[in-house]
Amino acid sequence: MSFEHRDDTGDRFGMWLFLYTEVILFSGLFILYAIALITYPQEYITASNKLNVWFGAANTAVLLTSSLTIALAITAIQRNQIRLCINLCVATIGLAVVFLINKYFEWSYEINLGIYPASETLREMGPGVTSFFNLYYFTAGLHGLHVLIGATLIGVVAVMIARGKVTSERYVLLENSALYWHLVDLVWIFLFPLYYLII
Amino acid sequence: MSEETHEPVPYRTFIMIWVALIILTGITVGVAQFDFGAVNIWIALSVASFKSALVLFVFMHLRQESMLFKIGLLAMLVILVIFIGFTFTDVLYREVLP
Repeated sequence: MSFEHRDDTGDRFGMWLFLYTEVILFSGLFILYAIALITYPQEYITASNKLNVWFGAANTAVLLTSSLTIALAITAIQRNQIRLCINLCVATIGLAVVFLINKYFEWSYEINLGIYPASETLREMGPGVTSFFNLYYFTAGLHGLHVLIGATLIGVVAVMIARGKVTSERYVLLENSALYWHLVDLVWIFLFPLYYLII
Repeated sequence: MSEETHEPVPYRTFIMIWVALIILTGITVGVAQFDFGAVNIWIALSVASFKSALVLFVFMHLRQESMLFKIGLLAMLVILVIFIGFTFTDVLYREVLP
């Protein structure tokens, strides 16, 4: 006779606690941003104008849509629509890839302009613009890493759903991966206006 | 913590929230085309906070979770306010900024 030890609510709460620590991690970077913004208000406007708003806006739409698809995936698994649930997971991963490809083009463009950490061009633009771009690369880079981890997690869970290891009876792994994915979206919701839309 | 299963959230609800999030993004980009001075950043942050609330409560199912989860969020926000607020009590009143 064996007991199944299982506590889905506890599992989800554990995930939420972890996400709170993630928020604290990113908020440190946002504090640095806020201090630099009040120190170099003019330079931050100059620097922000060098970013392409449309890259940022497109990526915002992509991330919001991917948050929708993974939220729908949970309803799908609860209703035992396994095929649909897997497709929604795949769509989420697809959107994550679109996000990263978009980021690749965006960063390539900026690096071609000579804007990258410790570049000559940035040194000539002074400490304000330099601090903006250093924080921009670090925050967006850390966020991009989260996109990569989140997409991998969802990929693993999608395989487990296909193999019947995650089912409509037991889907807390999908819920927790989705929670992580929504955090990625939450960070971008703040990152986008602060870096791209300062005028 | 007992096992409680949540009712599935209808697809429609999620799609409506998504539409709202896209519209709010449009508003953020739209407002940023006009210069209202320092007000701009407060509008951007307010809209972002509202969007976050939609994601937290609906997409992340916080609405359906027990009180413990909501208290957890509140505790995190209080810590954040202390973290940010106390930093600024220092930074704002320095003679020479770093």
